[in-house]
Amino acid sequence: MNVAQRAARVDLLLELADDELILGWRNSEWTGVAPSLEEDVAFSSIAQNEIGHARALYELAAADLGTTADELALDRQPDEYRSAPLVELRQLEWARTIARHYLYESADAVRIEALQAADDPELAGLAAKIEREEIYHRMHAEMWIDRLLASAEGSRRLREAVEELWPYALGVLGEELRPVWEERVRARLGFGGPSATEPVQRGRPSDELRELWEEMTMVRRSAPGARW
Amino acid sequence: MIFEVFRQERKGQAFAHAGSFDAPDERFAETYAREFYGRRAESVALWIVPREYLREIDDFADELGRNYHRVDGYSLKEKLKLARSAAQVSRGEPAPPTRSGEG
Repeated sequence: MNVAQRAARVDLLLELADDELILGWRNSEWTGVAPSLEEDVAFSSIAQNEIGHARALYELAAADLGTTADELALDRQPDEYRSAPLVELRQLEWARTIARHYLYESADAVRIEALQAADDPELAGLAAKIEREEIYHRMHAEMWIDRLLASAEGSRRLREAVEELWPYALGVLGEELRPVWEERVRARLGFGGPSATEPVQRGRPSDELRELWEEMTMVRRSAPGARW
Repeated sequence: MIFEVFRQERKGQAFAHAGSFDAPDERFAETYAREFYGRRAESVALWIVPREYLREIDDFADELGRNYHRVDGYSLKEKLKLARSAAQVSRGEPAPPTRSGEG
């Protein structure tokens, strides 16, 4: 791998890891307040898996950069995060959370499929490992999608949420993979957002990310350089 | 809808009751069962059964104490323990303390 290829790999790993970390963090905000205790346990466990995936991805990037996973996850400044704005949004309503969950998981599936076929055995191996857990995240997202679609009220709420989140969802994948994702989602839901929407791109940290970052890194920042 | 979950810890072992939860349908039940009883590799298989399909029977007549008819047999260990302690008592030795989990 030459220098440019290695740099591109680090960028990709950080995009993936930041997405998983921030989404895991957002999903964990439902711990204790999910609509049922069962859902509380299940959704919290999914959130924990996402953070576990982030850790594995940061470790791979950290080895290339000569740093540690913790430093990458918690010691960067908000404008250094590469997360997609979709995962940064604070969702206080369950239908919106499920819509974001489904839109993200379906996009992540397309991305993970591509990575499993990648030339890089380390990356392909990790993608395969992550995929074994992601199957259940999609199963969870899809059962909720179908439950919402089964009632008029649920359908209406889901549709509104999908339309609102559409430009953000388009920003998760690059131009190469986006059409595959869009086609799958429209086929699955029977609707989507307006087709000529401009994606909300990564790399411009939202106010919501800044707020999340304040809280997420608070303990680390309280004792800079400490060994925990 | 309440579901009862049974889990198998190792291949070949009997399924044991793991717990129960509320889920709107069988699809939710499968996902919840995986999350609650399967995600830490603590089970090799799960049975998920709607509680309404379980028939519980808890009234048994055993007026004549014919427990020798039981298909699971009587506990030989239990009989041996009783016999040993009877033998020791007759020799004037104190009976050994019973250990929990035996028999």
